Amino acid sequence: MISSKRNTLSLSTADRRLGAILGLLAVTAAMVAVSILFFLIDESRPLLNRISPARLILDASWHPTQGLYDLSPMLSATLLASLGALLLAVPVGIGSALFGRYYAAAWLTAGYRRMIELLAGIPSVVYGFWGLTMLAPWIGRFEPPGVSLLTAILVLAIMILPTVALTADAALAAVPQSRHRCAAALGLSRWTAISGVLLPSARKGIVSGILLAAARAVGETMAVLMVAGNVVQHPHGLFDPVRTLAANIALEMAYAGGDHRAALFASGLVLLCIVLILAGTVQWYKARDFYDQK
Amino acid sequence: MKTSLPFAERSSHSTGSTCPDAAYTLGELHAGAPCCVPEPVITVENLSLNYGRKPALEAVSIDIYRGCITALIGPSGCGKTSFLSALNRLTDMIAGCRINGTIRFEGHDIYEPGNDVRQLRRDIGMIFQNPTPFPLSIRRNIELPLREHGIRKQAELDERIYQVLRDVGLWDEVKDRLNDPAMALSGGQQQRLCIARALALRPKVLLMDEPCSALDPISSGMVEDLIQSLAGRYTVVIVTHNLAQARRIANYAGLFWVTERAGQLIEFGRCRQIFAQPAHELTAAYISGARG
Amino acid sequence: MIKNNAATILIYCSAISVTSLFLWLLTDLLIQGLPKLSPAFLFEAPRDAGRAGGIGPIIIATGWIVLVAMSAAAPLALATAVWLVEFTRPDGIFSRFVEFSIDVLASVPSIVFGLFGNAFFCVYLGLGFSIVSGGLTLACMTLPILIRTVADGLRAVPDGYRMVAAALGMTRGSALVHLLLPSAAPALTAGLLLSIGRSAAETAALIFTSGYVDRMPGSLFDSGRALSVHIYDLSMNVAGGDANAHATALVLIIFLLIINNAAIGLLRHWRKQHIAAS
Repeated sequence: MISSKRNTLSLSTADRRLGAILGLLAVTAAMVAVSILFFLIDESRPLLNRISPARLILDASWHPTQGLYDLSPMLSATLLASLGALLLAVPVGIGSALFGRYYAAAWLTAGYRRMIELLAGIPSVVYGFWGLTMLAPWIGRFEPPGVSLLTAILVLAIMILPTVALTADAALAAVPQSRHRCAAALGLSRWTAISGVLLPSARKGIVSGILLAAARAVGETMAVLMVAGNVVQHPHGLFDPVRTLAANIALEMAYAGGDHRAALFASGLVLLCIVLILAGTVQWYKARDFYDQK
Repeated sequence: MKTSLPFAERSSHSTGSTCPDAAYTLGELHAGAPCCVPEPVITVENLSLNYGRKPALEAVSIDIYRGCITALIGPSGCGKTSFLSALNRLTDMIAGCRINGTIRFEGHDIYEPGNDVRQLRRDIGMIFQNPTPFPLSIRRNIELPLREHGIRKQAELDERIYQVLRDVGLWDEVKDRLNDPAMALSGGQQQRLCIARALALRPKVLLMDEPCSALDPISSGMVEDLIQSLAGRYTVVIVTHNLAQARRIANYAGLFWVTERAGQLIEFGRCRQIFAQPAHELTAAYISGARG
Repeated sequence: MIKNNAATILIYCSAISVTSLFLWLLTDLLIQGLPKLSPAFLFEAPRDAGRAGGIGPIIIATGWIVLVAMSAAAPLALATAVWLVEFTRPDGIFSRFVEFSIDVLASVPSIVFGLFGNAFFCVYLGLGFSIVSGGLTLACMTLPILIRTVADGLRAVPDGYRMVAAALGMTRGSALVHLLLPSAAPALTAGLLLSIGRSAAETAALIFTSGYVDRMPGSLFDSGRALSVHIYDLSMNVAGGDANAHATALVLIIFLLIINNAAIGLLRHWRKQHIAAS
């Protein structure tokens, strides 16, 4: 007689052993994330133990060799560049997804999607290189030096555009066919059907994609490093050269030591926090939306 | 609600030879007297089954008799399939599935801790509604579980493959293309291959979950004939929606019905009796087509 | 109606701008890079800080880095995905912890992987600037992609196979080896290809882990310069290196196009097959 027996999964001895080994490896894989956090904190501790974290944004300037650790110009550059890139990439990306799904001729759809997938696969260093050799000189003709916040925004926008377009496309593809038929049966025009029915239905996926693209923009290093000009300053206009957090790490790690190195790890920590907040928002948003749609 | 039958009942399909004691032979078909003996192979007492908090079955007690074909009938969603999977512990695969009660196979509680579930499943085979050949060759489909159970000699493997494919009437159709993918077979052939695959392990009991319902009428007829030919050699428990089929092939029949929340066994008895003189009014209504 | 037309025009505009951007990028790379491209360029060593000569040692180093990354990440990712899908319940503490940290890992920026790789592999484990350090850093970075594609591949295998295998008394291990993994093989391959593409495209995580040295690596513990790092170095630090940078970028892009195309094609073909089968 058995009573209230929970599901036993009925594994054989061999299976149980295999499961234990696999579980151990899985936990090892999971520990990678933990150790990244650990090492970032551990390496920045020598500095953060001595100075208050507030000095990371309140110091007079970024001169780490002279004990001045102001990250705020880099923070503002990072946020402005990402925001600008999003402002450009979101409408164009969604428009491009809508084109691929509802506007393009049938023979074009597959090729168009493949093209966006290919754009998504181009390495950031190539985007940066292209921005440096094509975009920056062109902008420099109007407003030297060319490498500037604007160039960074443009290159970032091009980089995250495929992310926005592909996630929006996947979200639109998941909208049930019945909604299309309903909209068509009501005699709605194409745009009314899209803006009134289809885009709201796909809202969850599209917003998640935008947040992911934002995270990618904030964390992007190479492309920005190559076109932003890398002057540590709060930008006053679109044509000012700026330096982002990620670019700063890449530029100075090569020769940093002691507290300087610790400060770079601390800025890595800041970067990671921003990105994790964005990723967390995606998770939260997905979960929340899931319940209110039920 | 335990129903037992007081006296030996010969199968209506038996070929006339007498039944020796516990006459129950494994292995090749047509080798000994097909025989249906009213001696329980599986005893189910007071079985209840829940998925999470949702009850699926309540207080089911039934005896499955050796060498007989037992048909489980009833409307959809009344727990017939859940009952079937509880008999070979396939319910273990479903997270949150909880079972109360006792199921004895040849006198041993199958849910006793430390039981060898693989041996149990070798003894109690199962055929599913949709034919599920593995995406391998025909030969490999039968070989894989055999090797898994320790049969590795090629001669023995070939012998078993020949035997079971002949038993299910597939040998002549596939003998020249044993290495072709099983997925290339027709639906009916696939289902017969699945039966052959289960038979190759020489099970004592075969559980069949609507084995004909996904097939076209001709294949369905062939599979039905095959099931009939298994009678006596194997104990068969078959879930079916097809009343005429149950009537044609079964020695015993049980009617499941959803009462209040969970599935229950309403009536169990000899097939002839169930169809001719049902004791329960629901049974009468169901077989006459008035309900369900 | 005006709205409808305006929207149509705007949407066509965005599609045209994306397409022309793609063509611009591609033609620019082709025009600037193609004249330099030759068999000799692929095999020769770089000279004069990369302004002249080829990218032979750099291709070799990239290959080693990717190989190290994949041989570390693939087994770990396979084990993790199999464990998550086949051996544990999704609501268990451990599986939730594993899922959560993989989500975290997936969102870590590559420069942070670079910092971690430098602190852990180069300094803490004492591997220095080496191909091993770079490869292992990339292994950490590609883990989430690999785990997700493998897990998705396994989840897409019909449950019927698991049920039938169990009903035939097979162990989970052998069902996995003989049925589930072969059924999911195209998805596994696609995941591997995507990760190779991602590794080969990476720069920021490699600058402080595998280093800059552009000589032919003698062993896995030597520093080696990856293709993407070479492009970065030529364009930023070497005046007059643009021509070779273009050619290198073209080589990298062609390699990535082949890899990504194969992966996407495989996945698409496999999905179609699965829809047909189910």
